[in-house]
Amino acid sequence: MPKNSASEPRQNQRPALALLSDEDLRLCLRKMYLIRKFEEAAEASYVRGLIHGTMHLSIGQEASGVGAVTPLRPTDYILSTHRGHGHCIAKGADPKLMFAEFFGKDTGYCRGRGGSMHIADVAGGNLGANGIVGGGLPIAVGVGLSSKMRRSGDVCVVFFGDGAANEGAFHEALNLASIWRLPIVFVCENNQYGMSMPVARAMAVPNVADRAAAYGMPGVIVDGNDLLAVFEAAHEATERARRGEGPTLLECKTYRLRGHSKSDRNLYRTKEEIEEWRRRDPIVRFREELTSLGCLTPDASNAIEAEAAREIDAAVEFARNSPQPDPAQLEQNVYA
Amino acid sequence: MPDAQTAEREITYAEAVREALSQAMEADERVFLLGEDIGVYGGAFGVTGDLYHRFGPERVIDTPISELGIAGTAVGAAITGMRPVLEFQFSDFIMLAMEQIVNQAAKIRFMFGGKATVPMVVRMPGGSGTGAAAQHSQSLEAWFAHVPGLKVVQPATPYDAKGLLLAAIDDPNPVLFFEHKLLYKTKGIVPAAPYRVPLGSAVVRRLGSAAPVVATSIMVTRTLAAADALAGEGIDVEVIDLRSLRPIDKPTLIESVQKTGRLLVVYEGVQTLGIGAEISAIIAESEAFDFLDAPIRRLGGRDTPLPYNPILEKAAVPQTDDITAILRALVAGG
Repeated sequence: MPKNSASEPRQNQRPALALLSDEDLRLCLRKMYLIRKFEEAAEASYVRGLIHGTMHLSIGQEASGVGAVTPLRPTDYILSTHRGHGHCIAKGADPKLMFAEFFGKDTGYCRGRGGSMHIADVAGGNLGANGIVGGGLPIAVGVGLSSKMRRSGDVCVVFFGDGAANEGAFHEALNLASIWRLPIVFVCENNQYGMSMPVARAMAVPNVADRAAAYGMPGVIVDGNDLLAVFEAAHEATERARRGEGPTLLECKTYRLRGHSKSDRNLYRTKEEIEEWRRRDPIVRFREELTSLGCLTPDASNAIEAEAAREIDAAVEFARNSPQPDPAQLEQNVYA
Repeated sequence: MPDAQTAEREITYAEAVREALSQAMEADERVFLLGEDIGVYGGAFGVTGDLYHRFGPERVIDTPISELGIAGTAVGAAITGMRPVLEFQFSDFIMLAMEQIVNQAAKIRFMFGGKATVPMVVRMPGGSGTGAAAQHSQSLEAWFAHVPGLKVVQPATPYDAKGLLLAAIDDPNPVLFFEHKLLYKTKGIVPAAPYRVPLGSAVVRRLGSAAPVVATSIMVTRTLAAADALAGEGIDVEVIDLRSLRPIDKPTLIESVQKTGRLLVVYEGVQTLGIGAEISAIIAESEAFDFLDAPIRRLGGRDTPLPYNPILEKAAVPQTDDITAILRALVAGG
């Protein structure tokens, strides 16, 4: 990765800065804004009655998605979750095709057959969001095994939430990945609640990463709202995976600022708690950090934000103007 | 003298499965096996045998007891360019992997708008008759035939075991391949060279003028024995081996019913809401309906878990005598 000429002093502050150029950093900020604007536009579209179905917004979790994906090469894979819009954008998906999918249109990534919970960009290495909690974890084992058998050198990052860590699939997948030393990074986005169930009531250990010991793999905990911290840990885990040294369990402590889905009335948490996390907004924090590092002026970051907003507006327009799928083609692609 | 490739030998059903696996792995380096105790042990029923020694531990992968995990492993490998063939020791154990088979493997292609393929095969023995009781003896194939996106096959002969398995491995979709424990040691003529039996094609095993019987898996063997017994009484039964539950070969069924005016469906799975109901409905909704001279009959597994005691176990699923008796009544007119 290109190294910034002025990175020497910055490195002392944050080791991640040795690996990321100013351009890389700006791209991270741009992706975080794209995610935020995508989610806000998704919410607005729902309120305006432009979409049906449900959605799970990742507002507040932008740093874990972008930070974990940034170390990846284009041919590397990700597997995502029901809260997956951010991961998809982080991996480089086109918001136009994502919104078209969200709107159920034939131009969408999945031709309107998948919707929010099944957005996939197979050509771009995103092997899909998943409607089943923990559904992607065993699949990641197969992706890692396939990479290893084909000697492709590709790494698989699989996202899951704190809720999925209590599924049997978590246990089977982490054990298999570890005994076979597969090139996988297990990224737990611990946003504190599995729907309404707080982590402390759902697990007998304080951290998901504590469980890594049971599988003989490193368990790393980072501040999931700190993009550079996520990037640094993900970079190390990705490199380790690529060297054939096996998987890592990376736990990003974060928070979803919106409800679980549109039915959520926030009965299980306080306004004060939400407000406390809002003050740790990962985008504001990263933007301020870049400004203080001198690699971004306030004007430049405003411009990045405005450009992201324009791109999302255009994506919504594209989706609205796209054709509906033809019911005559309903049974297409049930089989290859 | 025929050369080795054109030779037809008598081998067992288990050997036929193993030969298909071996030939598929020789022909395509993307094909690999995974399952519990399929390596040095050779498989719970000895089906993979020496393949571990021939192809090595990287292509014949012994796994921990993690059915959900290894099913997902097959899905992930399949969508990234490999051709996994997964073995479950007993078909009952697929229930531990339902999530990956039904929610993931069956739906990925459709959910992703046709932009992924899931070429994987799940092999597993089903059926009763070994005294293994309720959790190791079920016939669950109809469950999976209810799921769009899956293909479901049940070979009844060594020839079909090899040909259907090679076709299943070639197929770009998830295929559930239900073997039968009691058939593993049965012998039949099997060509040495690779060949394919198309998925979705039934076959007439015995031509006859009286009631056709549609049977699956080991019920084909029992039905043919019943037909032989009835031939001595002047009753000439036609026997169709369904082979594939999904896709299902409607034309062969309809044609046979049109010829004989009757139909009996024999299967080991629980009769209620099973494959017999589907076949009956296919006929009732088809042009063959007008040809029926008698009500369609079903003979399936009883509405009970499979019992351990051998007398009870036999009573729980159709036996040759049961098939003979119901056919005699059907041909007699009712």
